[in-house]
Amino acid sequence: MIFKEEIKKLADLARIEIKEEEQEKLAGEMGDILNYVKIIQDFHSDENEEFTNPSLVVRGGQGGVINVLREDENPSESGLYTDDVLKEAPQKENGYIKVKKILG
Amino acid sequence: MDIKDLTIKKARELLDKKEISAKELTNSCLENIENKNKELNVFLEVYDDVLKSAEDAQKIIDAGNSKELTGIPIALKDNLLFKGKKVSSASKILENYRAIYTATSVQKLIDQSAVLLGRTNMDEFAMGSSTENSAFGVTKNPLDSSRVSGGSSGGSAASVAGNMALGAIGSDTGGSIREPASFCGLVGLKPTYGSVSRYGLMAMGSSLDIIGPITKTVTDTEIIFNAIKGKDKMDSTSIEIKKLKDLKIKKLKIGVPYHLIDQDGISDEIRKNLNDSIEKFKLLGFEIENIKLPNVDKSLAVYYIIMPAEVSSNLSRFDGIKYGLSVDGKNLLDVYKKSRGQGFGKEVRRRIILGTYVLSSGYYDSYYGKAMLARKIIRDEFDSAFKKVDAILTPTTPFPAWKIGEKKSPLENYLADIFTVSANIVGCPAISLPSGFSKIDGKDLPLGIQLMSPHMSENVLFEIGKYFLGENL
Repeated sequence: MIFKEEIKKLADLARIEIKEEEQEKLAGEMGDILNYVKIIQDFHSDENEEFTNPSLVVRGGQGGVINVLREDENPSESGLYTDDVLKEAPQKENGYIKVKKILG
Repeated sequence: MDIKDLTIKKARELLDKKEISAKELTNSCLENIENKNKELNVFLEVYDDVLKSAEDAQKIIDAGNSKELTGIPIALKDNLLFKGKKVSSASKILENYRAIYTATSVQKLIDQSAVLLGRTNMDEFAMGSSTENSAFGVTKNPLDSSRVSGGSSGGSAASVAGNMALGAIGSDTGGSIREPASFCGLVGLKPTYGSVSRYGLMAMGSSLDIIGPITKTVTDTEIIFNAIKGKDKMDSTSIEIKKLKDLKIKKLKIGVPYHLIDQDGISDEIRKNLNDSIEKFKLLGFEIENIKLPNVDKSLAVYYIIMPAEVSSNLSRFDGIKYGLSVDGKNLLDVYKKSRGQGFGKEVRRRIILGTYVLSSGYYDSYYGKAMLARKIIRDEFDSAFKKVDAILTPTTPFPAWKIGEKKSPLENYLADIFTVSANIVGCPAISLPSGFSKIDGKDLPLGIQLMSPHMSENVLFEIGKYFLGENL
């Protein structure tokens, strides 16, 4: 069971505007989905089982998963990709992405 | 020319022998697109330089330098980046977005001078099993236009089934290559996690996503897989699959988890088709063993916790500021909320909210935490099963392609993934093979079976698949 008020709060957290009339419907659908997925609560597991990082799981039994690191060196020439990246920005000015005032 | 029965392998021979030209081949696809796309809604866009690509490919063929895919017309799912071309993930939020770089898998096709035809329809951000969640309308099944093509790579599957392409690339997070392949009577491969670089694939569930081919035959699937696989420095999760030693094919053992097939909600024709397929494997000399995967019936529940959790983080990048749709508001927060509220479709919003819920404090342990434990247990069950058998066989889907608009609730749609999600949860490769037809409402609807094998053993799937489809005669 999930309430409309909760949907409203989650939508706020997720930065999504959801209309009043849709909130009710979404609450119902979410309730159904959560009711279904709750079967994972009763899978046969050892209570003391430790949490495993997903990247270790999807590798199968091979193990050997390590952090992939590199030296922070040889930066690309400044401005090389600026035009490409800015091309898709909705609002820009003098090589910057423009946003609304943040501090009042 | 008629390309209905033309495979990539056969086309390669004809191209290299100069019996057909790359342009003729491409024109055949373009003609079929011209005639059928309006009705079926397969391609969201056909690139404007397709014939030029075919001409360029022809020069390479004429010089005797052709590679496996040179001059072969291939369709791309609309979530793969190709620099300078539009790419939208079938979403309003990216409707006019142009890629600023090229996906590694797409670059590898370009490197072979494949003819990239255009971008195919899909469920918005790959969230769905029918393309009914596309912001640009459903893709109808070329074999029965009253039905869906499957999804999320529904347009990719339909492009091959509708003879608009010889092969297509899709992505698979929980079955999005295999399910549409089975609904369209084709072969679809979800490769081992990491075997194909995800660089330039729009992220959905990063621990589940993989790119793979949809084609008419296993041989063609193998050709495309070999072209796009490989470690890539732009994707730190990518791995190299080494060539495995030749298999002693007749000794391979196939495990069948009969307890999963006895679950509710699986249609009679699917059960019958699986039993027929099992008999066929036996006749071909394969040994069949009844296996148990005790917790795998909970895979779908695990998937619908992990996937939305990853979706909610991955899709936070769409904010109306950096790129894509931007809707003006009274302040910055309002711009975010309006852009995301209006830019994302219903299913995408639903999954982001669901993901936000399972990750929020107070619910994290009982949902996400528990799902991660279950994920490991399911992985372990697969590992033990693969100690006994070389491959695991199930149906690809619990029912054949449904009628457009027939499935009403989100949960009904999610159940289509019941057999496919496990391979994404454990990261192993899986293939869907066409396994015959079932007469429903007077029409022959294709059905499919799924084979899964241990990590990095795609060759097991290819070998068994070729036997099953009679490709190695």
